[in-house]
Amino acid sequence: MSRKRLFQISRRDMPLVATFIVFLLLYAFGGFSYRNFMTPRVFFNLLTDNAVLGITAVGMTFVIISGGIDLSVGAVISTTAMIVAVLTQAGMNNVFVIAIALLFGTTLGFLMGGMIQYFKTPPFIVTLAGMFFARGLGYVLSLGSVPITHPFYTNASSIGIKIGNGKLSMPAMALLAMILIGWFISRRTRFGRNVFAVGGNEQSAILMGLPVTQTKIAVYTFSGFCSAVAGFIYTFYTLSGYGLAAMGLEMEAIASAVIGGTLMTGGYGTILGTLLGTLIQGLIKSIIAFNGQFSVFWIKLFTGGMLLGFILLQKIFVYGTKSRRRKR
Amino acid sequence: MKKGRQIPRIAWPLFALGLILFFNLVFTDSFFAITIKDGHLFGSLIDILRRSAPTLIMAVAMTYVIATGGIDISVGSVLAISGSIASLVVWGGNTQYLTSAGSQYYAPMLSIILIPLVASILLGAFNGVMVSFIGLQPFIATLILMTAGRGLAQLLTGGKVLNFRHAGFEFVGRGYLFGLPFPFLLALGVIVLGTVITRLTPMGLYIQAVGGNRSASNFSGVNTRLVLLFVYIFSGFAAGLSGLVMTSDITGADAGFMGLYMELDAILAVVIGGTPMEGGKYNVGGTVVGVLIIQTLTTTILTKGIPTEYTLLVKAIVVVVVLIIQSNKMREVMGKRQGKMIAKGGAAV
Repeated sequence: MSRKRLFQISRRDMPLVATFIVFLLLYAFGGFSYRNFMTPRVFFNLLTDNAVLGITAVGMTFVIISGGIDLSVGAVISTTAMIVAVLTQAGMNNVFVIAIALLFGTTLGFLMGGMIQYFKTPPFIVTLAGMFFARGLGYVLSLGSVPITHPFYTNASSIGIKIGNGKLSMPAMALLAMILIGWFISRRTRFGRNVFAVGGNEQSAILMGLPVTQTKIAVYTFSGFCSAVAGFIYTFYTLSGYGLAAMGLEMEAIASAVIGGTLMTGGYGTILGTLLGTLIQGLIKSIIAFNGQFSVFWIKLFTGGMLLGFILLQKIFVYGTKSRRRKR
Repeated sequence: MKKGRQIPRIAWPLFALGLILFFNLVFTDSFFAITIKDGHLFGSLIDILRRSAPTLIMAVAMTYVIATGGIDISVGSVLAISGSIASLVVWGGNTQYLTSAGSQYYAPMLSIILIPLVASILLGAFNGVMVSFIGLQPFIATLILMTAGRGLAQLLTGGKVLNFRHAGFEFVGRGYLFGLPFPFLLALGVIVLGTVITRLTPMGLYIQAVGGNRSASNFSGVNTRLVLLFVYIFSGFAAGLSGLVMTSDITGADAGFMGLYMELDAILAVVIGGTPMEGGKYNVGGTVVGVLIIQTLTTTILTKGIPTEYTLLVKAIVVVVVLIIQSNKMREVMGKRQGKMIAKGGAAV
């Protein structure tokens, strides 16, 4: 590998390339099977419809790279939307509402990170408790659905940049912005490198003198922030807050990261891969919607199958390179 | 108690359970009253045993999975599949007349029980093969089945809620035997089965070995793949049995929501019970206490007339408190005090 390469792809990036190829194949399949599939409208709708999942998955990717997991994200999304709905209906100023909503998710993330780090309790259980807490709070605020009638939210859905017959909507812009921020943090900042170091080998990271405690707490805080942003974006779709919303979204977010090539053992992952993982799940939904014959239940089966395919593919790549030593 | 003054791991969960029970002793009328009604025992405590059975069955098997350093998040979906299949079998595979009030078709008991269980065991084996032979991480391997399995269950039932009447099958989830709820006896059966397998054979030792260090146990001659295969099959079987109990209890299968998030409750019970998620050690007794804590808490909230929307908040707080009490940080604090006491007494640890 002494040759300096321009087009040669390093082995490390193979999972990402594989994800990209599958994305293209799925997109091409949709395009060949259905008229109007390859139009800008469908593509931008793909971004819009998966913005909530994608934004959440950015934070999730950081958590997984650091070797942890965050089960609270779905609950934080629904509760953030609920907080926005209840406070807006109570007549509070929009700026305050947004600030409180974002602060809720971020604070919960910070507390969970602190508990994981300080009491050395498993992230799985701590974030599960966080999920209970967030959902519980949502139910306490209101058991039913709370509609949002404020013009700020009802008008927001019409904002967007027209491209062809499609529209780059506000949720899509938010998604792209968060992906960009996530990419920048993971690749261009000291904190980003620390996350990879902690996830790769926490003991070494400690011995190297890296701020492991701060990094791990910051990772969960960031994930909480991402979920809160996603929850805020969620209100634009549904124009309501509902305690049962975004059920099971945490698993979809994890699937996004995993399909995108992030290793659950930590230490490796890319934000771009996560975006592709999210879009692949979205493509499956679009194709089934276009088809119209398959019932929606096939979405879960296909997503599961896709997940299996990717993992096996990655396994083959990792096995092929033999450069990574096996964990466990 | 003389030597080392070690507090057994099960003490904290027992303490938490005792605290909740004590709260009820003081604040809830006739919480501990057990009467005989219609030839079986009746009361809040009996109700707790009955309601905790599905989670208990699942959590006991989950304990062994976690002891190998693994996790099985597919159990909720396996439960839904098992329940859906059971309802389909009761209907004789014919869901055409689903709108009618009850089935006139009486499927043989054996097929209602066996077909879902065999399916669940196969699903467990799928997990096991993925983890042991293909070498996937347990979380991902079971995430695949969790996602796909839920879709499969919904496909089986066509997204409908399958209700049925079947006197024989309803006994599984609603019946009483020797005055005790039959589901609880089933849970006891699973506990006994697990204990017999792990204590009378070297399986328990192997599970701990695999959880402690998989490659080391492999090199020392333990067939780690078979051990892993076993724990996931057992977990699948338990999830299937749990699905039968639940379906029979509600006389219907709702594939979309049955067992949703139950895997999390089961894992929570295991961890509250003192089994560490890193594996290598397990405590089935602790798991039982963990399940009882969760169920007693829920029942307490219901009987106290606290609005149900507060259930999750209370649960979150209790979980956090139990986690903090159990954490190593607290153990260190306690350990220091113990150390001082031991130093005073002049005894060596």
